Amino acid sequence: MKTGDLLAFATQSLLRARMRSSMMLLAMAIGVAAVVMLTALGEGARRYITSEFSALGTNLIVILPGRTETGGINPGIIGGDTPRDLTIADAESLLRLPTVAQVAPIIVGQATISVGRLERDTALMGGTRSIFAVRRWGVTQGELLPAIRWDQTASVCVIGGNIARELFPGRPAVGQWLRVGARRFRVIGIMGSAGRSLGFDVQELVLVPVATAQAIYNRTTLFRILVQARSADDMQRTRTDIIETLKARHQGVEDVTVITQDALLSTFNSIFTVLTLALGGIAAISLLVAGVLVMNVMLVAVSQRTAEIGLMKALGARPAQITRLFLAEAVLLALFGSLIGLALGELVTWAARQLLPFDAVAPAWAVIFGVVVAIACGLIFGILPARRAARLDPVLALAGKI
Amino acid sequence: MIELEHISRFFQVGGETVHALDDVDLTIETGEYVAVMGPSGSGKSTLLNILGLLDQPTAGVYRLDGTDTTHLDANAQARVRGENVGFIFQTFHLVVRLTALENVELPLLLASRPNAERRARARELLTGVGLADRMDHRPDQLSGGQRQRVAIARAMAMKPALLLADEPTGNLDTASGKEVLEVLEKLSAEGLTLIVVTHDPLIGARARRRINMRDGKVIEDVRR
Repeated sequence: MKTGDLLAFATQSLLRARMRSSMMLLAMAIGVAAVVMLTALGEGARRYITSEFSALGTNLIVILPGRTETGGINPGIIGGDTPRDLTIADAESLLRLPTVAQVAPIIVGQATISVGRLERDTALMGGTRSIFAVRRWGVTQGELLPAIRWDQTASVCVIGGNIARELFPGRPAVGQWLRVGARRFRVIGIMGSAGRSLGFDVQELVLVPVATAQAIYNRTTLFRILVQARSADDMQRTRTDIIETLKARHQGVEDVTVITQDALLSTFNSIFTVLTLALGGIAAISLLVAGVLVMNVMLVAVSQRTAEIGLMKALGARPAQITRLFLAEAVLLALFGSLIGLALGELVTWAARQLLPFDAVAPAWAVIFGVVVAIACGLIFGILPARRAARLDPVLALAGKI
Repeated sequence: MIELEHISRFFQVGGETVHALDDVDLTIETGEYVAVMGPSGSGKSTLLNILGLLDQPTAGVYRLDGTDTTHLDANAQARVRGENVGFIFQTFHLVVRLTALENVELPLLLASRPNAERRARARELLTGVGLADRMDHRPDQLSGGQRQRVAIARAMAMKPALLLADEPTGNLDTASGKEVLEVLEKLSAEGLTLIVVTHDPLIGARARRRINMRDGKVIEDVRR
């Protein structure tokens, strides 16, 4: 029997049994659609996280005070002293490292700001001019923070666009004064929309010189030091140099945690890749279930068509031909079911893209995996019914005694 | 030519051995027209199934045109069935989802014949049995006699030398039965070996050779 004839014949018998075929198509389609949808979600989440991290800046290294070790004991506890805080002098010392491009010490806190009778709470950040380069922020009006010494205070601030609109409704904010607690600051710049990442929005931020922020909060310590390495290749060296430098400054105690952006990113990446794989695997179970359904329905089909099978044998069909005939039906169902499933899955992920903040797109491997597993299920679960058909005794089959 | 030597076929039914065929010796020459008669359970259908290689004898040798068929494997037997034997059944066994033409094409389809050849051959055969105007009808749109004629056309698709008919008129009224019989006899007159299992004394009277069976044995073998 030629392949074309075989497929035509199988298609014809599938079309004849419309209810049965459409049920199996549906089961297969749901399985494949589940694979597409779930992996699209996982992959979309991964991409979202990746892009959010990239938006933090490039070649970024974050230094936080205290040593965070999982599964270990803080050496400060053993030594009997608390970890030393990071200071502006620590940050300045890092400027001397050869592979460091930018250093940005920051302090973050909450503050109540007011202009006349307008008042609101906001996030306040103490930073330096370099924070704009490191975080790739910019101003849409006015200027950046002044290039003053880091330990020098200045009563100026750069504010986010939303704050400017709320506190200075309908008038230019640059050059105006606003109040943070008892202090007055002149607005010198407005930050635009660039600079949104991980739920942090510069539109809702007031940025003042770092020493000024220390004065507001009455502390000498820093929240973080952000360092930008000159190139991606310098990341590891820079990291080591930073640890060495700060260790030397802190009486030989390694009491800071240094996180490189790419390490963080690759951790998230692998977490989300595993998550996507797991989701795909869970979805594949529904394909298996669909396969079992195909097997059952094909078995029913075989018993409904014993007379036809007996006839085919009488007409000279070899056992292998009968096997192929029924396998072809199962595989065709799996193939068309998975195509429908792909379309369905793409439709749902398209809808999800309209609703979710991230781009849910099924990775190519998942699409191929879904279709291949579906067809493999059709083949594997089609074998048993097909072989049963091939083994039917033609005399009994023709007599309708099976 | 068909040669059966000491052919037996036993079935186990509920712990009891049924001798469907019991040491049958039979020779049928090419071109003979044979009616096999006998009461139900006499073994005549089993004989037909064994002649058509649908069933295998428990013991004995069956030679078809000089070839011992009892030791062929399943594939070789399928080929013999496809190429040398045509079957006609009491209940027609047409595939209901296929048209008359497609039903006749089926053996050619299984034998991987090219599309155009299949179509041409099937048209020729259906025209031959007087169904030129019914080719695109499905079985449920045909009368019993027409269905059986489609089945005969299908049986002839591979130009077999042997035609085996199991009660071909059993489900037909007298007029259609006579029509079907005439088609079969025309084929027989063209040199085909025709073996008909039947209860119908009319066929028995018309066949050139009549074999009577009882309890798995040939009890009468009459030539006219």
